[in-house]
Amino acid sequence: MAFALTPEREQQVEDVLTRYPERRAALLPILWLCQRQNGWISPDVVEYVAERLELSTSIVKGVVTFYTMFFDEPVGENVVWVCRTLSCDLRGGKAIQERLESKLGCKAGHTSSDGKFTLLKAECLAACGQAPMVQINDHYYENLDLALLDRFIDTHAANGADAAAAEFATFASFHAPTGRDSGRSSVSSAPPPPSREAVRLASQPPPPAGEKGDET
Amino acid sequence: MSAPSKPLLTARYGIAESWKLAKAEPAGAYRIAREALTNRKPADLKEEVKKANIRGRGGAGFPAGVKWGFLNKREGEEIYLVINADESEPGTFKDRSIMDLDPHRLIEGAIISCFAIDAHVAYIYVRGELAFSIGRLEQAIAEARQAGYLGERPFGIDHPIEVYVHSGAGAYICGEETALLNSLEGRRGEPRLKPPFPAVKGAFGMPTIVNNVETIAAVPDIVEMGGEAWSSLSRLPGDGGIRIYGVSGHVKNPGLYEAPVGITMRELIDDYAGGMLGDRPLKAVVPGGSSTPVLDPRRKVDAPAEADPLHKWHGQSEIDVPMGVDTYRALGTMLGTCCAIVMDDTVNMVEACRNLMRFYKHESCGQCTPCREGTGWLVDLLDNLCDGRGKVEDVELLVNVSNNMMGNTICAFADGTAMPMLGMVQKFREEFMEAATRGVPEGVRHDESVRAMVEGRA
Repeated sequence: MAFALTPEREQQVEDVLTRYPERRAALLPILWLCQRQNGWISPDVVEYVAERLELSTSIVKGVVTFYTMFFDEPVGENVVWVCRTLSCDLRGGKAIQERLESKLGCKAGHTSSDGKFTLLKAECLAACGQAPMVQINDHYYENLDLALLDRFIDTHAANGADAAAAEFATFASFHAPTGRDSGRSSVSSAPPPPSREAVRLASQPPPPAGEKGDET
Repeated sequence: MSAPSKPLLTARYGIAESWKLAKAEPAGAYRIAREALTNRKPADLKEEVKKANIRGRGGAGFPAGVKWGFLNKREGEEIYLVINADESEPGTFKDRSIMDLDPHRLIEGAIISCFAIDAHVAYIYVRGELAFSIGRLEQAIAEARQAGYLGERPFGIDHPIEVYVHSGAGAYICGEETALLNSLEGRRGEPRLKPPFPAVKGAFGMPTIVNNVETIAAVPDIVEMGGEAWSSLSRLPGDGGIRIYGVSGHVKNPGLYEAPVGITMRELIDDYAGGMLGDRPLKAVVPGGSSTPVLDPRRKVDAPAEADPLHKWHGQSEIDVPMGVDTYRALGTMLGTCCAIVMDDTVNMVEACRNLMRFYKHESCGQCTPCREGTGWLVDLLDNLCDGRGKVEDVELLVNVSNNMMGNTICAFADGTAMPMLGMVQKFREEFMEAATRGVPEGVRHDESVRAMVEGRA
């Protein structure tokens, strides 16, 4: 059956098209909308997008395959990216990957047998000061250790992705107010750093609904 | 040589729910934009940015005011502002904090900048992984539009301004400004040949200014304080203001710190980041993102001639030179994004190097042969060295391959790979030679210092 976006997402497509002087510029935003609905960019999604933007399917496919976040094959219900670039590796990224592999029962690059998780290695995710970290779906989980990771995965299994995100997801943190003196005063002798727990999303509302808020 | 008495860029970070207009506005958000749009002239605002000597915060360090000066709008053309939030350089994590904790500062900077350069649309290109930050930005944009700060008549003046967020989808190369423009236009993120530079022919074939998030976020303070006053917060000439420093790796308190331009790496590590984790010795530090050649604290600055820009620091350690765009260039490295990766004596540099070169192999867009093939060759050679299959000649081959990548490609990616590779071999040659003859010692792991912590044994 041919792919179609929900009426609500069609409306978002119309909105996106008004943002650019050229129709083609809406390609990435529309691919995102499709992937959020469909889980991956299947051949019928490619055909739909090509028709919607008056492009050839080879142009669309060429764009899809360029970007690592567009999946050109099906993935698990949740996608786990474990950062393995240097800053995370210096702080135990490898141990995090190994624990994820044993907890989820699949090697990096694969999907768990129950289809719930796809585990992928990621290059730097721009959270180096809070290493080691993983990204799961739309959220970051930072300053991880194995115990915290276990608790998170168990919560995810028991209560679902949203509950786990509400309790464990993080956003950017900041260490010291500023300046040399206050920088000094923030220095604590023992890790973990003081901001470690404070920045977790716990008790924060989820991100606003809209293009990014309706992960599937 | 004084530190700023109060935080600027990060002033609102500590406020509860600082990302909401209702919290940011009482703390000063949009006050300067209102003043600038209603009482100042665009040429005047451009002049302040020029006087501020703000060097681009995305890594290249080009003076933002000079870049703005390249614009020359012709009949029928539209100017675009594009804000680079593709933050992907390994070790770099500062721009995300602005988007997560004070998105209104970025939007305010975008409004003032659009007015100054005569643009009506700003696109913020955010890396796709930062879905959460994108949500925060979109919410903040909606609030600003609702309040009448964006739209047809921002602050009641006749200069329509819209700010849109454009999500990337996972590609380091899209941080390169022309690749970013291709991605914005719905294409593969492959860099374009320059010239023409974006200021002449950028987004949608129109004159375009591409600036980093932190650069644009600094604009409100520059306008409020005046360019000269803001510039003089720095400890260095020609490289103005304050900036957000990042520290990751083996320090006690990794994170972000606001400080004047020109503090030293030693200060950053010891005074700001609390010193080395477990008080182990510092072995090496990648100063400003993975493309910047490594610093070795054992090495002394060799600048006996008085005319040498580094003469003042002659005989001192590399990490005692102030962190500036020009000082670091003189030192043979780059300031880059000003986010350092700190490594202690447990790290094997050949392993660390392999980690970074894998990144480049993965992220090369593949357009130019020297880069596509060269990054693969470097990883193959490093794999051999690490796994005990290497030869002494392989160390020279690393240098040879790197030299053949430099300057032979459309964009700076290949140079950004080859330079740190060459720096590693130059400064830690003995480790590469050892690996070539004996392999990397069994059991070496560069997370040694923290493994117990991660595993909960510490």
